[in-house]
Amino acid sequence: MLRKALRRLGIGIGLVFAVVTITFLLINLAPGDPARLWVAPNASEADLAAARRLLGLDQPLPVRYVAWLVDFVRGNWGTSIAQQRPVARVLLDALPHTLLLSGCSLFLTYAIGVLVGAFQAAKRRTPWDTTLTIGNLVVFGMPAYWLAIMLVLTFAYAASRYGWPSWIQFPAMGVASLDADFLTPWGRLVDRLRHLTLPLVTLSLIGIAGTSRFVRGAVLEVRGQSFVTAARARGLPPPTIEGRYVIRNALMPIITLLGLSLPALFSGTVFVEVIFAWPGMGREIVTAVGARDYPVVMATTAIFAVLVVVGNLLADSLYAVADPRIREGQR
Amino acid sequence: MTTGKALLQDRRAVIGLAILGVFALVAILAPLLAPVDPNAQPDILGTRFLAPMSSGPDGTRYWLGTDRFGRDILSRLIYGARISLTVGVLSVAVSVIVGCAVGISAAVGGGWVERVLMAATDTVLAMPRIVVLLTLVALWEPSVLLVLLVLGLTGWMGIARLARAEVKSILARPYLDAAKALGISGPRLLWRHILPNTMTPVIVAASLAVGNAITLESGLSFLGIGIPPPAPSWGSMIATGRDALVHAPWIATFPGIAIVLAVVATNLIGDSMRDALDPTTRERGETQSTIAPSK
Repeated sequence: MLRKALRRLGIGIGLVFAVVTITFLLINLAPGDPARLWVAPNASEADLAAARRLLGLDQPLPVRYVAWLVDFVRGNWGTSIAQQRPVARVLLDALPHTLLLSGCSLFLTYAIGVLVGAFQAAKRRTPWDTTLTIGNLVVFGMPAYWLAIMLVLTFAYAASRYGWPSWIQFPAMGVASLDADFLTPWGRLVDRLRHLTLPLVTLSLIGIAGTSRFVRGAVLEVRGQSFVTAARARGLPPPTIEGRYVIRNALMPIITLLGLSLPALFSGTVFVEVIFAWPGMGREIVTAVGARDYPVVMATTAIFAVLVVVGNLLADSLYAVADPRIREGQR
Repeated sequence: MTTGKALLQDRRAVIGLAILGVFALVAILAPLLAPVDPNAQPDILGTRFLAPMSSGPDGTRYWLGTDRFGRDILSRLIYGARISLTVGVLSVAVSVIVGCAVGISAAVGGGWVERVLMAATDTVLAMPRIVVLLTLVALWEPSVLLVLLVLGLTGWMGIARLARAEVKSILARPYLDAAKALGISGPRLLWRHILPNTMTPVIVAASLAVGNAITLESGLSFLGIGIPPPAPSWGSMIATGRDALVHAPWIATFPGIAIVLAVVATNLIGDSMRDALDPTTRERGETQSTIAPSK
């Protein structure tokens, strides 16, 4: 068991290493000189050369790579070229916002998505099922950024223009109101939650649509198998059959989906953060890429890669929780 | 062909094919269908931000309104279909070629070839695709070709895994031994006996990937790093609409509806094809899980 876990951890570290190496090459082989963005537009060649030296860009690529890798492993992630702040600081400020948004969304996606999918499977081929299937299909086809804009249009602009009740009016951007510091602690919490609503709804709606589509199929597939028929023939009560036999076995592909859906969740986060001016990693990387801020791009990629690898490791260990056969096999 | 017949009996496939057919026709016939030039800015002050169904100062009817440069939304939508469909289909074609090359080489090569290729596949799979896209597209000079290639080169991993699994299962089947015993070998064996039988799951995966590629292209263009302006990409149309959301909400709304229709259509076709090709679901007439892990 321990050996297997260590092996998986080793593979995970190897993956992250490979990912950052590829990213380093991609970034450094691309045209565009960050030093030029760093100095004034009318700077002389000498100033430009000095800037390159300062940013370490005058070294040959392999030297830069090794130097960067050593620093990176030691936790010295360099200074953001655009913001002139330590990269670690920039990302530490951004990471909690992204984790809050994606964590809440992941929870809602699976809690509601599994319920909706199981409900659809139970009501298969009724108007309920058909309506939800069509709804899922349409929502699943929406680009996250467009759904976000439509929600802003409805619940921020239209709601305030047509004077809708305040509980369905939501702020269109940011994590808190400008005057949040003057609110009571309770008021501040409510303010934060109201700001979280639209970004969270955007991400979760799309997630729920994908998950319930998947869960419906998984549940129906298990229900068609002969051991379920056998359980029914033995006269077991339907709730027992559903809970112990069907859902339990449908969990396996759902856990696989959980591991696979993390990258998709992060890319959704990127667009949603941009729309809602949510100061997380996604918005950070879009700005950093635009500003050729190499140190920030590198560190963000590494963190995203770590999150993906950790997510897959978690999904692997969830398998063992859900399926005793895997647990036994590993002993 | 039973598969074709099964597809035509499935309402989902018929609806999907109909929508996509209309979009394809619109894209091909764009110059004939578009009321005006998609990039024309006749009289910016007089024609900008016109609401849908209204007429400009010179009497031109703008069915879906105009954007802030006075450009006709309908004409831009029609021309935008060209970009979306081209990028969607061709980028997936790139993914299929690369994915099949990697997957089949891994399965046929075996041993260390297989291990190296699959390790590479897993590595690229662990890279957050959106970050790679952003980095690549933002750092190089933007163009349709670049977006298409980058989307294709970041989307082949699932297909590689699928192709490898499929070829491995075929390599173990007796008919292949029979073919070898008949003296068929090398390229002919691969081309005539292995490839055709691996293609079905790959085609299904590819048709489901087209919708994703269309969404991603529009997203990159929305961020301003995809298809360079003034080309009418649906994504960049939404971006211009976002700036005028309060007083001209139609600018961002219509291109989004076009994207949703295109993606829903490709997903309907993909779902239906998968069910038609999978005998277990065909007999039960039921939809199987969509993003099923590869065998």
